[in-house]
Order: sequence, then C-alpha cells, then structure tokens
Amino acid sequence: MGALQSLHGRPEYLDLAEKTGFSFEQIRVLHERFKQLSHNEETLRRSHFNEIPDLACNPIRAQIIEAFFDRRNYHQNGEGTVEEIGFEEFLVVMSHFRPPSLHMTEEQRENVRREKLRFVFNMHDTDNDGTITLEEYRHVVEELLSRSGALEKETAKSIADAAMLEVASISMGHMEPDEFYEGITFEHFLKLLDGFEIESRMNIRFLNMDTSTLCK
Amino acid sequence: MPSRSGSQRPPGSGRSSPERGLLLLLLLLVLLPLGDASSAGVGHQEHAGNHTAANGRHNFTKKPFPVLSLDYHHIQTPFEISLWVLLASLMKLGFHLIPRLSNIVPESCLLIVVGLLVGGLIKLAGEKVPPVLDSRLFFLCLLPPIILDAGYFLPIRPFMENIGTILMFAVVGTLWNAFFIGGILYAVCQSQPDLNKLSLLPCLLFGSIVSAVDPVAVLAVFEEIHINELLHILVFGESLLNDAVTVVLYHLFDEYSAAGPVTVLDAFLGVISFLVVALGGVLVGAIYGFLSAFTSRFTSHTRVIEPLFVFVYSYMAYLSAEMFHLSGIMALISCGAVMRPYVEANISHKSHTTIKYFLKMWSSVSETLIFIFLGVATVDGPHSWNWIFVTVTVILCLVARVIGVIGLTYIINNFRIVKLTTKDQFIIAYGGLRGAIAFSLGFLLDDGRFPMREMFLTAIITVIFFTVFVQGMTIKPLVELLAVKKKQEAKRTINEEIHTQFLDHLLTGIEDICGHYGHHHWKDKLNRFNKKYVKKCLIVGERSKEPQLIAFYHKMEMKQAIELVESGGGVKMPSAVPSTVSMQNIQPKKPPPAKSAERSLPQLPKGREEEIRKILRSNLQKTRQRLRSYNRHTLVVDPYEDGFGDLLIKKQKMIELEKKMNNYLTVPAAPPDSPTMCRARLASDPQAYSVKQSSDSVPTIQVDLASPQSPDSVNVMDEFRRAKQQQEEEEEYQGLMMKPPQGPSGPNKPGEADTTRDPQKLTRCLSDPGPNRAASLLCSQLSLWSRNHTSQN
Repeated sequence: MGALQSLHGRPEYLDLAEKTGFSFEQIRVLHERFKQLSHNEETLRRSHFNEIPDLACNPIRAQIIEAFFDRRNYHQNGEGTVEEIGFEEFLVVMSHFRPPSLHMTEEQRENVRREKLRFVFNMHDTDNDGTITLEEYRHVVEELLSRSGALEKETAKSIADAAMLEVASISMGHMEPDEFYEGITFEHFLKLLDGFEIESRMNIRFLNMDTSTLCK
Repeated sequence: MPSRSGSQRPPGSGRSSPERGLLLLLLLLVLLPLGDASSAGVGHQEHAGNHTAANGRHNFTKKPFPVLSLDYHHIQTPFEISLWVLLASLMKLGFHLIPRLSNIVPESCLLIVVGLLVGGLIKLAGEKVPPVLDSRLFFLCLLPPIILDAGYFLPIRPFMENIGTILMFAVVGTLWNAFFIGGILYAVCQSQPDLNKLSLLPCLLFGSIVSAVDPVAVLAVFEEIHINELLHILVFGESLLNDAVTVVLYHLFDEYSAAGPVTVLDAFLGVISFLVVALGGVLVGAIYGFLSAFTSRFTSHTRVIEPLFVFVYSYMAYLSAEMFHLSGIMALISCGAVMRPYVEANISHKSHTTIKYFLKMWSSVSETLIFIFLGVATVDGPHSWNWIFVTVTVILCLVARVIGVIGLTYIINNFRIVKLTTKDQFIIAYGGLRGAIAFSLGFLLDDGRFPMREMFLTAIITVIFFTVFVQGMTIKPLVELLAVKKKQEAKRTINEEIHTQFLDHLLTGIEDICGHYGHHHWKDKLNRFNKKYVKKCLIVGERSKEPQLIAFYHKMEMKQAIELVESGGGVKMPSAVPSTVSMQNIQPKKPPPAKSAERSLPQLPKGREEEIRKILRSNLQKTRQRLRSYNRHTLVVDPYEDGFGDLLIKKQKMIELEKKMNNYLTVPAAPPDSPTMCRARLASDPQAYSVKQSSDSVPTIQVDLASPQSPDSVNVMDEFRRAKQQQEEEEEYQGLMMKPPQGPSGPNKPGEADTTRDPQKLTRCLSDPGPNRAASLLCSQLSLWSRNHTSQN
C-alpha cells in the first residue's frame, strides 16, 4: 500500500490520522509547525503561543490560546485546564477546524455541527459550569471590541444584554417578570445558532505542503 | 407626419373598480396619441397650405390669432419616451393585479409578450416601428441603472468568499462556451451548402456574442425564485464578470474577421487586452468610488443632494470605462461596491432611503423597458430564418453550458471548502440565461462586413426567447422539485453578528497558529488597513472609529425603533420571537457589594420603591400635562412620517408602557461620559443633563434617554431626575421640548448652535439628521410621542 510509504517512518501518525481525520501529509506539516513553535521541545506552553507575532493583534487571543489548554476540547470528557500540551492534543484541537467531507449523511453533518459549536461554547464558558452567564457573555463582547479602539464599555454591555435577551426570547419564549434566566446552556446555544451554518464556515484549509518556512 | 409610438393594449379584463379605472386610463392613453397624430397632421397640412398660398416672404397673410393650437413636433421625443416609460410601468402594475399569472409566468416573459403585441399593433397600423433597441440607447441609458443597482447592493461577503469560483465560471466558462459554440457551428455550416460562405471568425464572433450569461435576465428570473445565497451569487456574479470576456472577444473577432487569420501574436494581445479591460474597468470604478466616498464626507450641510453624488459618480465611472473600451459593467460594480460602506456611514438615513428607492425604481423601469423593447425589436427586425443554424445554435448553447459547468465544477471542487453538489451544478447550468446584451451586441454588427447579420440576429433572438421562456418558466417548479435550499428569510440577529465576528477572529488566529497565510489572514490584514487609514479619510467624524459590531447594533436599534413606530407605538419590543421575556429576566438580581464605587444605585428597599413609583406616576402626569400644550410644530418633524397617525389612537399600549417602566428600576446607571450619554444629551434637550451629586434622600441616576438597551426603555431615571428638579426648580424645567438651543450644545450638531437660532431652520436641519443622530433622535422622539398621545386621552 502506497499510503504506508508516506508515513515517513512514523507509525504513530496512523493512530493520529484515525483519531483526527487528517491526512498523513497534513499531520506531518502540523508536526513541523509544532516543533517550530515549541522550539523543538516535546510540549507547548502558553508562553510559546504568546510568541507568535501575528497573534498579538487578535482581540480574542487569550481565549484562543486557552482553548488549546482546555481539557474539554480533547474529546476525552475531561475538565479543567492543563499547563502544557503535547502534539496529540494540539492536533485534536486543530481537528475541530477541519472542513467536513463532501459526502456525509445528515447525522454525520449534525455531529460535526455539534462538535464545532461545542468548541465555541467551551470558549465562551470560561468557568466550566455548562452555561454561559451574562457576565461571561459580556466578557466575550468586550474582548471582541477591545482592539477596536473605542473602549465603550457601556455599549458592549448593552450589546451583550440585547444578545442575551434574544437568546432568552428564543429559548424560553415565555417568562414571568420575576423569573431569572440563568444562562445559555448548550442546547439553547445550538438553537440560537441554528441558521448559522457553522459546519461550512468554521473551517480552515490545511495544507499538504510545508509553508512554515515562509511565515513565523 | 409624426410617427405614433404609443399605442397600447389593456392588460386584462377589469373586474373590480381599480382595474376598471386602469382600463379607462389605458384607453385614454391610446386615444391621446392617435388624436395627436391625426390633428397634428391636419395642422401641418393647413400650415403648408397657407405658406404656398402666400405671395412672398414679406407678405404675411393675416389670419385670425390662434387661440388654441396643437404642435406635436415640439414635444415629440420626450413625449414618446414618457409614453414608453408609462406603458412599461402600467404593464408592471397590471401584472401584479392579476394574481395567478405572476406566479406561473415570470415577469420577463410577460413583458416580452407585451412588447411583441405592441410591435405587432404598430406594424398593423402601418407605421414604422421605431428602432427602440438601439444599441446606444441600450448601453448608455437602459443598462447602467440595472448594473448599478446590482453593484451597490452586492452582498460583498459571499461574493468575496466565492470569488475564485465566480471568476472561473465567468472567464473560463465563457471562453469555453464561445469557442465550443463557434467551432461546432463552423463545422456544421461548412457541411451545409447554403451556409458555406460563413468563415470561422464570424462564427467565433457569433459564439462569443451568444455565450455570455446575461445579468438582466438572471436578475429578473432569479429574483422570483428565492434560491439560497450561494447559488444566487454564483450565477449572478458570473453574469456580471463575464462582461470583460465578452467585450474582449467581441472586439477581437470584430477587428480581425475582415483582416484575415488571427496569429499567435493577436491571441497573446487578446489575453493582455483581457487583463487590461477587466482590471482597468475595476480600477476606474474604484477611483470613482473613492472620489464619491470622499465627496460624501463633506455633505453634512447639504444633505438633499447626497444621492445625486452617488448616481453621477457611478454613471461617470461607467462612461469613462466605456470611453476606453474597458468593461463598463465591472467599473460600475466596483464603484458601487467600493463606495458603499463609506458613503453609508456618511449620509443621512433619508438619503440612504432615497438612493435605495431611486436605484430600485430606475432599474425596475429599465428592466421592464428592455424586455418590452426586445419584443418590439423582434417584430420589427429583418429576419432571416434558417432552420439548421438556429436549432443548432440553441442546442449547442445548452450543451456547451452543461459541459462547461460540470467540467469546471469538477476542477473547482478541489479547491473549495464547501463543495458544489450535483443539484447546485444543475441550477447553475440551468440558470445560464441569455438576454438583451447579446441582442444589442448583435445589433451593433456592421452590415457590410457581416452579410449574415440578419441570420445571426434571428438566432440570437431565438436563443433569448428559448432561455427566457422555457428556462425561465420552468426553473421555479424545478427548484421546488429538486428541493434546492431556499434563501433564509430570517433576520440577522445580533447573536449571529457577534459570532460572525468571533469566528473571523478565531479562524484568523488558528491560521496564524498553523503558520500559513490563508484567506482569513489576508482578509484580516485588509480590514486592519481599512480601519487604520482608509476609513479615517473617507468617513466623517466619529463614525470612522465605530467597529462593525457597534454599527450593526445601532442599525438594529434603529430598525426596531421604526417597527415600534409603525406598529402604532406598541411598547413591546418587536422581535422575531414573540415572548414575554424582558430585560429584567436576564439581569442578575444579586445584591450589589456594599462598597462598590461603580454602582451608584443601591438596592432599594420595598417601601422606597413604592415611593419612587408614586413620584414617578405623578410626574408622568405632570409631564403629560405639560406636553399637551405642544403642537406638532414645536416638535421636530419625525424622520419617519408613517405611523404618526396611529400613535394618536392606541391607548392601551400606554398603560403597558407604564408597567414596563416599572421594570426598569433595577437597571444600573450609565456613567456620565459615555458617548451614548453625549448623544442623548445633544439629541434630546438643550439643557445638557449633568450629573447631579447624590443626595441622601434620592439616589442619583443618570439620564440615558436614548439607551441602546431598547428604544422604549424610557428611562425611569429620567422621570426621577425631573422629579427632583421639579421640586426644586419649577422654572428651569423645560421638559423635552425642542426649541432653539440656548446653550452651547444644541440639538444640532455640536458647534453649530449659532446658526440655528431660527426655529424654522432648526426644523429643516433637524428633519434630516445625520446617520448616528437619527437613531438617538428617533428614540427620544418615540418617548415624546408615547407621552404625547397619552396626553390626548
């Protein structure tokens, strides 16, 4: 079989490919990048991520980096955070951004959708309690607006409030004046972003060629 | 003898009175030009008679002074143009009055039929059919409005995301179509004895004319079937961008068809020419777009002519591109797309509406006229029917399109994230309609160099008829049959907007971590460049720094405020999902920390709340009484005239409003210097609300009349403040009346107070506030009216 020849003598790629769905070429490229980022160490730490210069001007940089160290994204039903990650975890987190394959059943498509939305949900739900509270959502909006230069905290708050109101309206429908909406659960989140088509939007193109020498 | 060109035919039997009225109007219109023509003719003969009877130049025969005379010639051309436009519009009206017809048959077909009938009538009456689809008229007057409308409202995001696919279809697809059709036609013609003299180049020229997908036809048909955004933008984008290819091919073959065989050098020059035409067109359009955006920066004092700049700059972009034989369509598209974000940030809301409606109106009339003229020109044009040529053309068009789409999709799917399915491919292939552009290009052909011109025209018309009628009529049932995804009608929610932005940043970040500069990376870079440099010089004032999320939020506010007004002052915040969830359901009801410096509103004990409610209610009544003395003229004319009458009627909602206001007691206050505050300050009251220091009895709360929370959250704090003020200073309190500013900051733009002493000028200026201020202005208006019409009770 020709496939084995492209393994470059790394049998563990087979295991990873099965787990994450990447091709061997893609895994190899990502491994090169991993080694570049970690300065040839075995594990990546947050400080390594902070060194990426392009990432510095990203408003949600902190949350992206946190997502890599969040055990909930490792598909192992774990919780909490870790301090450093190996290549396998790196790859598993990256696999959330793989484009869905062309021929998929409805059920597979739904699974992919849930997975991607779960990733985003985990990014919002920082205290890990399974709901996105108003405070957390406000934090999200504030971060989004943080680099825009207009530090309008009040507007950010109002936007988050309006958004929360929308979620509550969509999910709960009817609420008494003294009831309190605890927070966005994952089910509500799914319902909210029903028309968003995240399975076709939350993807990046993983290359089969190594371009890591071209950029930092 | 003036030619009659405006005879009409009533659209259908009128059963109800509006339809009968329409019928009468049409009959009148029929009689009018008839009467004109005959009496003008008579008038002329008499006049001619008089002259011949006269003896010499200087010997004027004295005839009685004409009290009433008719001179049709004087107004002939504009009159005829107006009659045509009127005919087109009345037809459009008529079609929509007949409900079932517009569901089955697309409008374009009906219009062509009407054109055929009109042309037939004219011919029957023995008149010469005017050459209506004159190429100059078409390309310079009829086509630009449609393209500008399309370009200005082009959804940039899906267009850019699919630009690679669109370009592939537009360039490679059209080239393939042209050569395939031209080549096979040549082969077929060679085998026929009567068509032998048709050489290769004219065939290729014909192929290039007939292969281009037409934007007008695509728009007309696709508008009615509401398919999903992706397919729409693919077919539509292709129809727009293939203009460059068509222009180059047309000129290339036109030049060299007489001059002999095309060498390799010519082909190479053709490729260069294509790049020049396409990129040049885009560049010309972009330049004019930036000029227009820059001009709109300075229009804050003369808002009424803002739409004019948009139209004139775009038209000049088109004409300039056509002057250099560049692609005028691409120039228009790029002009509209480039200037839109900046212009919309600068112009007032009214101008925005004006632009939108004018563009839609012009493009609608143009489209209708084009199809009618197609019908008329069909009746008129000299036809040379050749069975073989025509049928082969039609079949080849279909076959070439299908093969082209399938082949290209196969290649493109390797590069796309979201692949195109077979269903998508079918719709793309089936949606390749030909239209009036092909006809006009054919019409432009020189009779001397192309003796087969008439045959070409006949074939082109047949292809157009086939695609518009057969494909146009059947595409809707096919879409239903194949269950193609339809356009999602749901409103864009703020959550989706937040997540769109979030996703953009997330994907850019992941790309950076992955280490390759992908599509998101470059988009992010462009956005940052845009924000840092371009927006600063093209957008006036503070709007240049407004991030997209906030802009979207304000737009949403505005929309909800308008809906509120139109629903008759209903207090309930209109949302997609009717629900009773209000702001207080989501506010956490935790007791504030005792020593918090930020929260200036401590939790009020129950008794205190009751007191507050009482004060509130009494002051509301006082405010109402005060407001009762206002009439319409002291209040500024609202930006949205609709629904004003309704406001005065609904009673119940006011009670609800009061109930709702009580809900807001737990909402924390806004800090004094937030921009929202400033806007509210400027918008609502000449006396700027300043922060009053907290006293012991009543907690200090800020006014935020134009709170972004909801347009109808007439902030109770407002009443509060006024309650306190009222007790202390009865005189100073002016309520929320708009009057010429006394202080430095008036309701007008800051710094303009001196010029607006005159209340009338104030009204005029205020009646068309800038974009930002309209939102806050409207919100304050709303609160005024809701209180106003309580006062009527």
